[in-house]
Amino acid sequence: MPLLEPRPTPSARMRLLSPLIAITLTLAVGSLLFLALGKNPVEAFTVFFVQPLSSGNGWSELMVKAGPLILIAQGLAIGFRARIYNIGAEGQLIVGALAGGGVAIALDGVDAWWVLPLMVVAGAIGGALWGAVPALLKTRFNAEETLTTLMLTYIASFTLSYMVNGPWRDPEGMNFPQSIMFGDPALFSPWFEGMRVNAAILIAAVASVAFWIFTSRSFLAYQLTVGGLAPAAARYAGFSAQRTVWVSLVLSGLTAGIAGVGEVAGPVGQLNLNISPGYGFAAIIVAYLGRLNAVGIVLAGLLMALLYLGGEAAQVALQLPAAITGLFQGMLLFFLLGADVFVDYRLKPRPKPAYA
Amino acid sequence: MSTPPPPFSGPPAGTPRLELSGITKRYPSVVANDGINLKVGPGEIHAVLGENGAGKSTLMKIIYGAVQADAGQIQWNGREVVVANPAEARRLGIGMVFQHFSLFETLSVVENIALALDEPFDLKALAIRVKEVSTRYGLPLDPDRLVHSLSVGERQRVEIVRCLLQQPQLLILDEPTSVLTPQAVQKLFETLRRLAAEGVSILYISHKLHEIQSLCHSATVMRGGKVTGTATPSRETPASLARMMIGRELPVCEVPAYTGIATPALTVSKLSLVPDDPFGTRLQDIELEVHRGEILGIAGISGNGQAELLAALSGETTSTPDSVKLVGLPVGHLDAGRRRKHGLAFVPEERLGRGAVPSMSLADNATLTAQRQGLVKKGFLRPKAAWDFAKRCIERFDVRCGGPGAAARSLSGGNLQKFIVGREIMQQPIAMVVAQPTWGVDVGAAAFLRQTLIDLSRQGVAILVISEELEELFEICDRIAVLAEGRLGPAVPKAETNAEKIGMQMSGLFAPADKEPAHAAA
Ligand SMILES: Nc1ncnc2c1ncn2[C@@H]1O[C@H](COP(=O)(O)OP(=O)(O)O)[C@@H](O)[C@H]1O
Ligand SMILES: [Mg+2]
Repeated sequence: MPLLEPRPTPSARMRLLSPLIAITLTLAVGSLLFLALGKNPVEAFTVFFVQPLSSGNGWSELMVKAGPLILIAQGLAIGFRARIYNIGAEGQLIVGALAGGGVAIALDGVDAWWVLPLMVVAGAIGGALWGAVPALLKTRFNAEETLTTLMLTYIASFTLSYMVNGPWRDPEGMNFPQSIMFGDPALFSPWFEGMRVNAAILIAAVASVAFWIFTSRSFLAYQLTVGGLAPAAARYAGFSAQRTVWVSLVLSGLTAGIAGVGEVAGPVGQLNLNISPGYGFAAIIVAYLGRLNAVGIVLAGLLMALLYLGGEAAQVALQLPAAITGLFQGMLLFFLLGADVFVDYRLKPRPKPAYA
Repeated sequence: MSTPPPPFSGPPAGTPRLELSGITKRYPSVVANDGINLKVGPGEIHAVLGENGAGKSTLMKIIYGAVQADAGQIQWNGREVVVANPAEARRLGIGMVFQHFSLFETLSVVENIALALDEPFDLKALAIRVKEVSTRYGLPLDPDRLVHSLSVGERQRVEIVRCLLQQPQLLILDEPTSVLTPQAVQKLFETLRRLAAEGVSILYISHKLHEIQSLCHSATVMRGGKVTGTATPSRETPASLARMMIGRELPVCEVPAYTGIATPALTVSKLSLVPDDPFGTRLQDIELEVHRGEILGIAGISGNGQAELLAALSGETTSTPDSVKLVGLPVGHLDAGRRRKHGLAFVPEERLGRGAVPSMSLADNATLTAQRQGLVKKGFLRPKAAWDFAKRCIERFDVRCGGPGAAARSLSGGNLQKFIVGREIMQQPIAMVVAQPTWGVDVGAAAFLRQTLIDLSRQGVAILVISEELEELFEICDRIAVLAEGRLGPAVPKAETNAEKIGMQMSGLFAPADKEPAHAAA
């Protein structure tokens, strides 16, 4: 006997409640996990969620991590609303980083204010092009973007590996797979002595406002949303399905590409194999946790950044493996998807005998 | 009525199967049911009649436990019951066939049925029972077919068989025929008559008065949430039934002559299309011309290329530039939005999901096609303008709803149809294509919509109507053509043809030059 039945109309309350339920369940199961590992859950959660924010540097790190997550998720959400599932933002981030990093390497030694802006533009173009490839494949050959975007991520990451092992390897880098360290003109300068937070966070902030206006006010976003909600209505209205694909994938590639530049011109400072701790994938969770809404995504991005920080702190203070961050992210997504079922469905009341 | 031996543990003779007294349901904006009394006997087919918004569906949902009444009693086989939810209704022996089916396309018939059952099941045994029940009631169904390959009529069969498996004593059908072809309707009626003969009571909602006259033993008429009368349909005329429903004489369409110049506005020539859908119909050499000031009707049964022709006209499928022309301008290669820019308006037969986005408000749905009426400026939405547009549409076309903020899916079919037709008309088109203008629309609203189309044409708009209802076409059209098996016959002035000639053409007999023998319906 099925336990669920469809609701007459999707529940708006459940849509907002669902992320909170997911967070609660993640914390609950996380406690069990800590217990099983022989750690005191209260202590573990203090390490995870409180300690990282008890210093100025902690807040700075939160911004450093939240910036790329929010920026990427804003772009992804546009496509997700239109049911275009770009899950290759990680690859677009890498290509953006390669494009921006390439500019930095080519202009090494040039001391001009426009080096950094040029890198950002190059990164945006690189990411957008990497998003355009699956758009082309989908509109031309009807190739599923979920597969192609993911496959292109591997190509991007092998390309990065080739570049830092080959043409762009730092000649003085003792054969490590990394480029030269970028010069100051190619770096976002930190705002505070000894902290890493920099102007890249402003890009995420401006993008959030822009996406908020775009999604709530623009006719183009309206068309994308209609395409996601009722494809036949979009065709009837004459909204181009091809344009939906292009806009979704190019826009999300573009934001991911800029995020890539933010990493190589920020905390990382060069091209190497560790430019992203999976921001492109985590941003998918951020987008859904934020209900594909520009404001929600900002909050979700901050939470996800805290998970990254907490995971690092837990490795140090509790000697937990690095996988702990991925585990928490995974649980969050799992519970979110589970709770989201109840937006459209509800528990079926158990049939009782009609008369006693 | 004869009383056949009831095979079910029925009530003592004389006790109604279902008796409602004083059922009342208030919604914030409206009293949907106001002290309703209704009685249905065993084996009785009872019609519930009323305009859109009269409260019929609400009443049925109360009986089925999907909505709770604020006041009133339900007596079931002489006992007072509280139907708390649909599962309990099914337990009592009440089944309901909904107008919109909630079937999973990727599952087979029997899997879909199994999912909806309240008891544990064995798929193999169930498949056998499905086969048994479906043959017994003349509803042939292959339990292993995947639902996505079924026609609308077959999908409805799945729903009915699902209800029958639970051996209901009362079957509720809410507008079951508004999506069926005439043949499918005849099959459905045979089944319902057989069920009634076995003692099953049936509550039947339809706007098609002739159906009710041929099928139903008795009728309850509702207006504005109240019962306004009961009737024996066979002793009434469609006009007298309509009068009870709308509370006044049914207006007769006025068809004045067109005084303007009848230049061609919409021209189709040599349109041939192979459908993407393997179950679709191939269009062959379609030729037609609609002039300003006239209504051209296309008769025929759905599935003969209607959907394909509509999509080709609207721009949802594109073809060669010259195959479709708007006032001489080739538009065959343009998408629906671009054609609309050149003055084409289109009302599709599916209102929810195509003509309107179900979860969006009417104001947002105004923007769907009416963007060029100032609802979008420099790429940005103008919510206030959209709100005003929707409000004007609601007022002018008497759309009964909760206002411009109401979600499209909250409207009844007829009211949503009025909104969509209104939205298209308010864009002042040159040519307008309308599919099934009055499907699921009550008689009063249907008359209003028909008159609206006639008036619009007399203002110089070229209108093409595709409808399955011949009477409707004869009422409003100036010329009529028949679409059968993907070929369009010549458009003949209405005075020069009649239902019989059109019926002949529908079975594939066109000009004598066409030597193909008539195909017997498979
Ligand atoms: N869930 C609801 N919330 C608010 N109003 C409703 C709801 N369902 C129906 N109504 C209103 O109740 C009235 C009766 O609707 P309905 O029973 O669907 O009529 P019918 O089936 O006769 O067309 C309408 O005015 C409709 O707008
Ligand atoms: Mg109804």
